[in-house]
Amino acid sequence: MKKPLRLALPLLALSLSAHAAELRIDFEIPRLAVAEYHRPYVAVWIEGAEAGKPSFTPLAVLYDAKKKNQEGNQWLKDLRQWWRRGGRELDMPVDAITAATPAVGKQRLRIAASDSRIAALPRGDYRLVVEAVREVGGRELVALPFAWPPKEALRSETSGGQELGAVTLELVP
Amino acid sequence: MPRLRPLLVLASLGSALLSSAAHAHSAWLLPSSTVVSKAQWITVDAAVANDLFFFNHQPLALEHLRVTGPDGAPRATENLLRGRLRSVFDVELRDKGSYRLAVINEGLLASYKLNGENKRWRGSAADFARALPPDASALKLGEMFSRVETFVTLGAPSPLRAEGRGLEVLPEQHDLFSGETTRFRLTIDGQAAAGIEVSVLRGGSRYRNHPEEIRVKSDGEGRFAVTWPQPGMYWLEAETTDRKTTHPEASERRLSYSATLEVLPQ
Repeated sequence: MKKPLRLALPLLALSLSAHAAELRIDFEIPRLAVAEYHRPYVAVWIEGAEAGKPSFTPLAVLYDAKKKNQEGNQWLKDLRQWWRRGGRELDMPVDAITAATPAVGKQRLRIAASDSRIAALPRGDYRLVVEAVREVGGRELVALPFAWPPKEALRSETSGGQELGAVTLELVP
Repeated sequence: MPRLRPLLVLASLGSALLSSAAHAHSAWLLPSSTVVSKAQWITVDAAVANDLFFFNHQPLALEHLRVTGPDGAPRATENLLRGRLRSVFDVELRDKGSYRLAVINEGLLASYKLNGENKRWRGSAADFARALPPDASALKLGEMFSRVETFVTLGAPSPLRAEGRGLEVLPEQHDLFSGETTRFRLTIDGQAAAGIEVSVLRGGSRYRNHPEEIRVKSDGEGRFAVTWPQPGMYWLEAETTDRKTTHPEASERRLSYSATLEVLPQ
């Protein structure tokens, strides 16, 4: 895994000051040359930076939520860290965080600071975590540290090695 | 020769008698899943075999199989099969929480002499009086209580509580992940037990040259910790003997415990 890049962008902050505070997450699902390809399950969440049992704030779960009899739930536990951090406490599908499995390419998530998912997020140090797992494929997890609320615009970036491409977090104050 | 005479059993002989049965081979359960996110069936192999987790010796008898749901109540099993080399059963996980799947055996182990020959007997306390020939001599009697178990969780885990009989080892955290440390608590008859040696072995022993055994000992509160070196199915075992017998003729009680635990990658 590449070392996360953290770039403070005060100029950008200035130019965006007219916009509402926002969390911008971009991640890429790479095209893979494999014999059998299924779209991955992807979970995106915020967890506290503390050791032990960190806080858990789910942002998105991209999975087969539309299958009949909730058959897609069968594989949610394969998002192993998401599952243990708190996914297993949720009664999936949860509307606010559920989406379909992502296609190959760039995926984006825009979450306003007033959004119910993060409106109550206390001040503190966190990690944004993106975890992807693919049927008959691999599993990968990347994390980007950040502080909330942001004092200034911040952009940090990392990249997975197999199941995830570039992962970018932008904090817009 | 009185039929049942109060015994002065040599402790060492008693131990040898009991341990020969308990030590013979490893008994284990191997569940198809330990973590599930949707109500479903799981299947479990049960075998007696030293090669973890390959069934290449004997099936594990399932007469005393007990599956307990998250609410502590028993759950039904289906498709019990006793093969030549392994047993099998299925369990439906419907209610969210943690299930305990255990094979519990208890009874008496006896050795005696009959017409100058050494004999052995193993069975229930109820059958013992009838089973012993009237002219048996040099009787040595011991009790045994063994638990072979594993745990499976649907959704969020629920607390695991000691049942309060025999030797039990319960993890204090449900999530077993490679590189992390799990604390366990060891109890005998529900009470914390200190100084008991615990052995932890990773499965797949056939494919490596060294057992890579982890040995730990319970502390004053019955606690010990294991740091998982890598993912896999692990077999945890502990055994001990004490004098807390219930049968008047028994001199010693042998307690054994084993559990199959799954450790996931980070």
